[in-house]
Amino acid sequence: MKPDVSSSGPPLVELKGISKRYGELLANDGIDLTIAPGEIHALLGENGAGKSTLVKILYGVIEPTAGEILWEGRPVSIASPVEARALGIGMVFQHFSLFDELTVAENIAVALSDEWTLSTVRSRLGEISHAYGLALEPDRAVWTLSAGERQRIEIVRCLLQNPRLLILDEPTSVLTPQEAEHLFITLNKLSADGCSILYISHKLEEVRRLCRNATILRGGRVVATIDPRESSAREIAALMVGNEVGEVRTSARQGTKGEMLRVEHLSMAPGSLHGQALADINLVARAGEIVGIAGVAGNGQTELFAALSGERLSDQAGAVIISGKACGSAGVDDRRRLGAAFVPEERLGHAAAPTHRLSENTLISHATTEVSRTGFIVLSAAKRLARSIVKTFDVRTPETDPQARKLSGGNLQKFVIGREIIRKPKLLIVDQPTWGVDAGAARLIRQALVDLAGEGSAVVVISQDLDELFEVADRMAVIHHGRLSSLKPINEWTKEAIGLEMLGVAQTQGTVHAL
Amino acid sequence: MTTFEAILLTIVTASTPLLIAAMGELVTERSGVLNLGVEGMMAMGAACSFAAAVTFDSTLLGVAAGILAGALMSALFALVVLGFAANQVGSGLALTILGLGLAGLIGAPFVGSRRDPIAVVDVPGLSDMPLIGRLFFEQDLFVYGSIALTVLVAFYLTRTRSGLMLRSVGENHTSAHGLGLPVWRIRFLAILFGGACSGLAGAYLALVYTRFWSPGMTAGRGWIALALVVFAAWRPGWALVGAYIFGAATVLQLHAQAAQFGVPSQVLSAVPYLATILALLALSIRRGRAIGAPGSLGMPFVPDR
Repeated sequence: MKPDVSSSGPPLVELKGISKRYGELLANDGIDLTIAPGEIHALLGENGAGKSTLVKILYGVIEPTAGEILWEGRPVSIASPVEARALGIGMVFQHFSLFDELTVAENIAVALSDEWTLSTVRSRLGEISHAYGLALEPDRAVWTLSAGERQRIEIVRCLLQNPRLLILDEPTSVLTPQEAEHLFITLNKLSADGCSILYISHKLEEVRRLCRNATILRGGRVVATIDPRESSAREIAALMVGNEVGEVRTSARQGTKGEMLRVEHLSMAPGSLHGQALADINLVARAGEIVGIAGVAGNGQTELFAALSGERLSDQAGAVIISGKACGSAGVDDRRRLGAAFVPEERLGHAAAPTHRLSENTLISHATTEVSRTGFIVLSAAKRLARSIVKTFDVRTPETDPQARKLSGGNLQKFVIGREIIRKPKLLIVDQPTWGVDAGAARLIRQALVDLAGEGSAVVVISQDLDELFEVADRMAVIHHGRLSSLKPINEWTKEAIGLEMLGVAQTQGTVHAL
Repeated sequence: MTTFEAILLTIVTASTPLLIAAMGELVTERSGVLNLGVEGMMAMGAACSFAAAVTFDSTLLGVAAGILAGALMSALFALVVLGFAANQVGSGLALTILGLGLAGLIGAPFVGSRRDPIAVVDVPGLSDMPLIGRLFFEQDLFVYGSIALTVLVAFYLTRTRSGLMLRSVGENHTSAHGLGLPVWRIRFLAILFGGACSGLAGAYLALVYTRFWSPGMTAGRGWIALALVVFAAWRPGWALVGAYIFGAATVLQLHAQAAQFGVPSQVLSAVPYLATILALLALSIRRGRAIGAPGSLGMPFVPDR
């Protein structure tokens, strides 16, 4: 592979035959990668393709099992992030490496070398913020900031060390479209200043806009190095996934008549110290339709899910009406008896007990079915049920009836969603159904949701993935700061309009209009 | 000296060991490690300091032995919870049981011995002031030391780079590791500091407060110190206030017993402990579920490398 950047001098960094083994699993298998000075290089691949492992090796967080790293033609060993930073490598993590209780300035200072003091950090922070348009208040505590602002901290933290190579791991996954746009401008400026960028993503459009070179990983190996602007999105997707990605078929809907869920003026104080309050939420889901709730993480999705599922109770019984019955102050099992089913965001620990077997995990939501109707557990029924879920939803298990923690993310998610769908719920509420799940599993899950709606159930999908919502939802609303926008048919939404709602800008404009 | 003055002086004496032990545990917990072994380390500090002080007839060597005993006990704890990533609650409880037992063994030959009171630092002139003179200007070195310790810990945590690193590790050890902070080293040192403080608090009990050794003399003070850290929401200044509230409760219930209010003495003995529970309850109700505990508190750290 030859980067088409004019090759004056050696490449900035060259990875040769990098491998990383975790027991049976080969997360990275002989990976080669070259990045020229000032180049924005994309690292593409599905979840689990080995992207994160590779960059953690480059940043000294993980030790490679084999392979070598050349920095400006010189072999180096990067034993820790401190050494990586000393070379000039900066990293913006996908799940931010920030400390919620500390201030912006403290978060930056803790990662810098000894000669930085809080006051020098403060003054340089001002300069960098100005130069790259990254506005930040040094004395705000991090937990009060939005995801976009948090990412800015990570970027500024890297920039203060004058990096030669900046690694960004899925940087736009938590941003609104507008925030992402802003990030691209910053990255182009940096590249023009001679800083190389390794841009990790699974979003093709972004990569095609930003990068001239892309390395594609699949199953821990490099499958191609391409110029993303010369290949179609479909070709790249095929390289990433390995086979043609099927599309979710929409089944014929059986009319949208009965109202399965009605939420009226639902308000709730935050459940935890840094939680989000819900404010006057109104929502209707009818039989046979999928209602999507979009929004950037941390805007009340978790709280809304808890209020709908009955994990947190409202003092107004009428705030949540399932199948025509007011149950705002009724518990989870009461709501299940009305025909509702729930899939929370967190698979391991919330939707499933990690060290319990799959059969035992069926009990979590099947307390009212044949598995334990009498209060005693019918183990044979639980095992039969688990088997049937595994079969119906193509759950790949390492053994018969394994512990939940032994399943990969995608397979566990298929099991958890299957466990609810197999009960034929009249209403299914699911939070981030395909978060961190591979493309194949995501497609199967979306298909299952669409099919369920096709059979006449109401489905509410809370998701951060706009493409997913556009694919499956019939109507959609956006949640921002615990408030829900109006619910509109999916074809009346544009990405720009959604972005404005996510930022809370649309609501203020709406009010101005109304006046 | 009036009775009132005497009561104030005993409150200071009762509060000082609580404050020292709480300050050590506070630093340990801010680094993300929950060491429930305070009671055991305190008992070891008391027994070893008393044994050394009597054997060598030196308060200084006694204090040194107490600190060392506490630090050694905590090093054992560190080995288990850092080296083997064992459950911190279980390991801490085991440390308490081990410490109480071992302290009884070491102290057994010294039951019945007594030590003389240690010298007080008398600030000439000022200590003659009525009422507050002796309270503020005629205390032993431990008392002044414990106040200085509080100020230093507060300064260290909020104003130094090393303190910032310690807080970061306690807040989120995965992020800290990702940034290249030495999680294990920071936690090891924080655990040692906690142990040394517990040992010192024990030494104070044996050499100043009671001036004799008896098994079980720590009487749950280690647990109170642990509760204080939570009560103080992991803030040194609050821990100082808390230590003196509970110290006062301990002393006042003794006087109340002496005054024979007609309330059973067992009920009065329970007052400081009840006060602990009530204070915790009041604070947790007021502040909601999470009361600013360090994010990684009590979680074993196993990096993927």
